Amino acid sequence: MRNFLSEFTKGIIKENPTFVLVLGLCPTLAVSVSVINGIGMGIAASFVLVGSNVIISMLKKVIPDRIRIPCFIVVIATFVTINELVMKAYSPVLDRALGIYVPLIVVNCIVLGRAEAYAQKATVINSLFDGLGMGVGFTLALILISAIREFLGTGTLLGYTMIKRFEPAFVLAMPSGALLVIGLLLGFFNVLKNRKA
Amino acid sequence: MDAAQFLTIFISAVFLYNVILSRFLGLCSFVAISKETKPALAMSLSVMFVTTMSSIITWLIYRFLLVPLGLAYLRTISFILVIATFVQFVEMVIRKISPPMYRFFGIYLPLITVNCAVLGVAVLNSDMFFIQGKAVPGSFVYSTFQGVCVGLGYTLAMLLMSGIRERLDLCHVPRAVKDFPLAFIIASIMSLSFLGFNGFRF
Repeated sequence: MRNFLSEFTKGIIKENPTFVLVLGLCPTLAVSVSVINGIGMGIAASFVLVGSNVIISMLKKVIPDRIRIPCFIVVIATFVTINELVMKAYSPVLDRALGIYVPLIVVNCIVLGRAEAYAQKATVINSLFDGLGMGVGFTLALILISAIREFLGTGTLLGYTMIKRFEPAFVLAMPSGALLVIGLLLGFFNVLKNRKA
Repeated sequence: MDAAQFLTIFISAVFLYNVILSRFLGLCSFVAISKETKPALAMSLSVMFVTTMSSIITWLIYRFLLVPLGLAYLRTISFILVIATFVQFVEMVIRKISPPMYRFFGIYLPLITVNCAVLGVAVLNSDMFFIQGKAVPGSFVYSTFQGVCVGLGYTLAMLLMSGIRERLDLCHVPRAVKDFPLAFIIASIMSLSFLGFNGFRF
């Protein structure tokens, strides 16, 4: 049981996909305008991550080594398509807000990265927990970035105004603000790491 | 089909909604390969070639296969497979016919398979130039042109970035922001300056 727990928790801090592995930044930066979008993207990506991790670890004996990447991509794309259809049917608003970044989960490096680095060698249960942990880590990172951007950029959190008479810096809600926030956060985590070492 | 439409596509793909600085597509390769100008240029040219060709191929598939058969929901899975196959094929051809060219471009081609810019432009084309599943007039030409322009926008951002980072090698920077963090901060300032193009009126 402790084994499963460590598979799960490593994705949250020690191997956080966004801040430590620096993977899957395209959707992270693009959708982190508001916390709601961030959570939606995090859940969608976690679903794909868990599903593809489990299926790929089940099929690891069947998939020939030389054409494994196309095989992985087909599995991942299937889950992305399921995700797209479900999202269109049950939350069209979120679907419109995330736009082209929903189909683009298929080229999110975290998903292919976990398939390649982990799921093709591990057992099904371990892959399940790995996928869950990575998904939670990714979602938490998205929430952190989008909370900073939403609060400083529009003065709200989850759509509610936090402080009255606060003049938001709209630039943080724009693309350049996303790049600035991720740059500073990565620098900040480097400082923490250096201090510990 | 008129000239103004082409100008709009060009300006918005290269400057206004630059793939990297505003849409964040292809960010991984942008940060990883922009340390020197020469590899950056090779990568950019490969991306431009692949975005153009994949715009053409995916348009044909969407128009003549997926739409008539009512399979538009298979867009993601078929586009990514076709792009991956195409890139693999190009890699094999280049290796066969020209080893020097393979040494210059070949190592970047596998990376392009999972470059979001390529799939992104294919998805954008099928969103923008198909209305209710029907191709708008001139949609094939517009799609191809948008493929070229997205590649140009990628090249522009890549060359600017690699130029700046080559200079940065000679400077002392704080240890914490070395490499990745600093690259993002520079990209942020570049993206800010590209905002100026929002004032374009034509």
